[in-house]
Amino acid sequence: MTQKVKSKDFVIRFAGEGGQGLVTSADAMARAATGAGFYCQTFSTFPSQIMGGPASSQVRISTTPVLSNGDSVDVLVVLNQYAFDNHIQDLSENGVCIYNAQDCVPSGEGNYFGINADELAKESGNTRAANMVILGAVATLIDFKIESIENFVRERFSRGRDNDEEIISSNIVAIGLGVDVAKQSGFSVGSLDDPIAPDYEQIMITGNAALSLGALSAGLDSYYGYPISPATTILIWMEQNLISKDKFVFQVASEIEAINNIIGAGFSGKKAMTATAGPGVALMSEGLGLAWMAEIPCTVIDIQRGGPATGLPTKTEQSDLFACMFPAHGDVKLPVIAPGSVEECFYAGSLAINWAERYQGPVMIMGEMSLAERTENIRKPDIGKVVDERRNSNTGSNGYKRYQDWEGELSPMPVPGGEVAYVANGSEHDEIGDTTHLPKHHVRLTERRFAKLSLLNDSPFEIENPESDIAIMPWGATKGVAREAFDKLSEKGEKLTWLYSMALNPLPQDILDQLKQKKLVIVPELNFQGQWSSILRMDGINAVSVTQYTGLPFKPTYLSDKILEKIKETEV
Amino acid sequence: MSDRNPEYDFKWCPGCGDFGVKRALEQAIDTYTEEFEIPRTSNVIVAGIGCSGNMVHMLDGEQPFGIHGIHGRTLPIAFGVSTSRPDLNTIVVAGDGDFLSIGAEHIPPTASRNPNMTCVIMDNGVYGLTKGQNSPTSTTGQITTSTPFGKLDAQMKPLELYLSYGVSYIASHYSSKPKVLAEFILEGMKHPGLSIIHVQSPCTTYNNTYDILRGSKKDNIPGTAFIVDDDHDPSDYDAAVDLINKGGVPLGLIYKKQPPTINDLQDKLIKEKSKKVEDILSSYSI
Repeated sequence: MTQKVKSKDFVIRFAGEGGQGLVTSADAMARAATGAGFYCQTFSTFPSQIMGGPASSQVRISTTPVLSNGDSVDVLVVLNQYAFDNHIQDLSENGVCIYNAQDCVPSGEGNYFGINADELAKESGNTRAANMVILGAVATLIDFKIESIENFVRERFSRGRDNDEEIISSNIVAIGLGVDVAKQSGFSVGSLDDPIAPDYEQIMITGNAALSLGALSAGLDSYYGYPISPATTILIWMEQNLISKDKFVFQVASEIEAINNIIGAGFSGKKAMTATAGPGVALMSEGLGLAWMAEIPCTVIDIQRGGPATGLPTKTEQSDLFACMFPAHGDVKLPVIAPGSVEECFYAGSLAINWAERYQGPVMIMGEMSLAERTENIRKPDIGKVVDERRNSNTGSNGYKRYQDWEGELSPMPVPGGEVAYVANGSEHDEIGDTTHLPKHHVRLTERRFAKLSLLNDSPFEIENPESDIAIMPWGATKGVAREAFDKLSEKGEKLTWLYSMALNPLPQDILDQLKQKKLVIVPELNFQGQWSSILRMDGINAVSVTQYTGLPFKPTYLSDKILEKIKETEV
Repeated sequence: MSDRNPEYDFKWCPGCGDFGVKRALEQAIDTYTEEFEIPRTSNVIVAGIGCSGNMVHMLDGEQPFGIHGIHGRTLPIAFGVSTSRPDLNTIVVAGDGDFLSIGAEHIPPTASRNPNMTCVIMDNGVYGLTKGQNSPTSTTGQITTSTPFGKLDAQMKPLELYLSYGVSYIASHYSSKPKVLAEFILEGMKHPGLSIIHVQSPCTTYNNTYDILRGSKKDNIPGTAFIVDDDHDPSDYDAAVDLINKGGVPLGLIYKKQPPTINDLQDKLIKEKSKKVEDILSSYSI
């Protein structure tokens, strides 16, 4: 029998087979909790197959905004023996496991009890309510208000159909049956402090939906894409939502088509975007070089997964940074925006397509599986405040020159149908776009293509405790867990600087200044080579990485231990 | 162009078929622009890589827009232009190497979408710019720099492919009659959908086929090019198959049908399903 303890947050995980409603259960728990005023973050992992295979989905519920998946699991629900055997070691000291008594017979004793959810669902009069039985039991273990779950059920099943009431009441009965079993088990995990509901309007959304919505809010016109995990949900989102006058959305035949489609659309005056994963980035590399060379606005989202080749298509990794920043042959360094949270995904989507217009070239957004598919409750974005920035297409009159020398500003980019024409050329070219081999043009235009990156100077960044010699600088979706590790270390008295920039190229000047002053910059990242610290070292910064390449995100305590090790190594 | 830009130094060889195609294309653009009263800048030329792609820099007179992109990708670039800006006159210029070898994968999916654009393909049966290698339309047994003992594989039959892929306007011609060719290009521009005008455009340096196409009265050799009979019905698929299977190079319209364009279909969808960003955002409210 465990003691009732108050806790700031709980992790609840549902493990079993793909197709057993694991994501639905975690999502239901998250929605019930956000409805009650808590903060939530979900995380799922599943194999690359339609049905079956070991899968799990979890939600972390907290009284403060959730930064990571946490270290361990407080309530574990396992639907079969394999799930029990493979997840039980993640159970926290006070944690409790509920197992499906039909398909799982744990040996020995421990903090676990069985529940025959299918049987109880039948008893409730609704054979499809097994997950509600389980939710009732879970809620009881964490002393969660049952009425919050019931409210969620009312909302979910009020669909304006004749049998709404019948379904709602049978689900509520099922919840009650789960509550009874949990009470009889005698187990309890503790209880959460009362939530302090945020005083602002919220939305609940995934990373990929937030990216898509951000781009649409900033005036996205055209989307061309090809299905690939974990970016497919962006294509689907666009097919459902990018529908209005003068917009165009289409699933094309390959990533090679997609990149060239958005080059054509961008050239013709539209804000155009595609989304893909690592294998698609590889296929797009020549096209990205063209967009850089011919100076054509377009945006590519890379939702990273494990690589190379088909790699780990449904797992998370941060191993495409070299490929995204330096995708093409030749002298190229693309702007890269890597959002660190679901909320940042929204602003990354709008910033990227505005950057593409402003500097007249391709922009990369880097997400990753764990961020793309997780659900979070975030502050509702004020779309009225999102800027729809468009290229300067004021062409003047005769004698127009598209590719002039960089002198602190860019020559305008005319759009077809306007006053004057030019040729957008992937071969090196002169001012009007004609092919040339003359050294003077290659010199001046190479310099122009790099110099204009300085126009991209308005991405968000964070600097805390600048006085320390040692900094932690995560990138992308590792931001949240790194922040949790940083907070842990600060509580322990470690004095570290916190550096974060949503843009990795170009870096904000303030961040660059900070980086150059540091004796040591520690970069937590999910790849083998330490890709971001390698790029920082190219700029003369003493950066080292804490790496992990398991296909899973960092855990906060593991990460803070590893950071501490790096600090100690340097001191010796 | 040379008047406009003394630094631009690319040249086609004397007698290159592409000169004739250039005159035909200029004429078609002139007529189309006048007839539909659009600005010259509403014409967009998407050029492939190779001798023929340089067309985009060679046109005389007031200039249209152009993209000189990467090898083999004219169709997807043009698809982006044409579907995002259906008001423009989108034109592809490419050669047999660019369009039928590295770029061949794009023909079937583009054909099934029927975007409104016009492709002028200059077929010289050889890679000219890289100095004479085997192309898909080189003949079997042909000696080129990359097939020194003769080409082993079969010669591709582009017209047959276009027809089976469902291209909605297919014409075949040669570069020697620019005025006639111009009419077929103009018809292609007016045709709402994917038009391909496949032009035999001989390479005088690496694969001079002028005599083969036109024949030689002196040597009493008949030409392979023949004018399509007046009674050929271009809406008849089987007749188009027969025409192509005759062998030789037909000069004229091979096939034409009128399926809706991808933008027609999309416009219908927009009328029925149009969404506002505010409503989408609200759907995520807690």
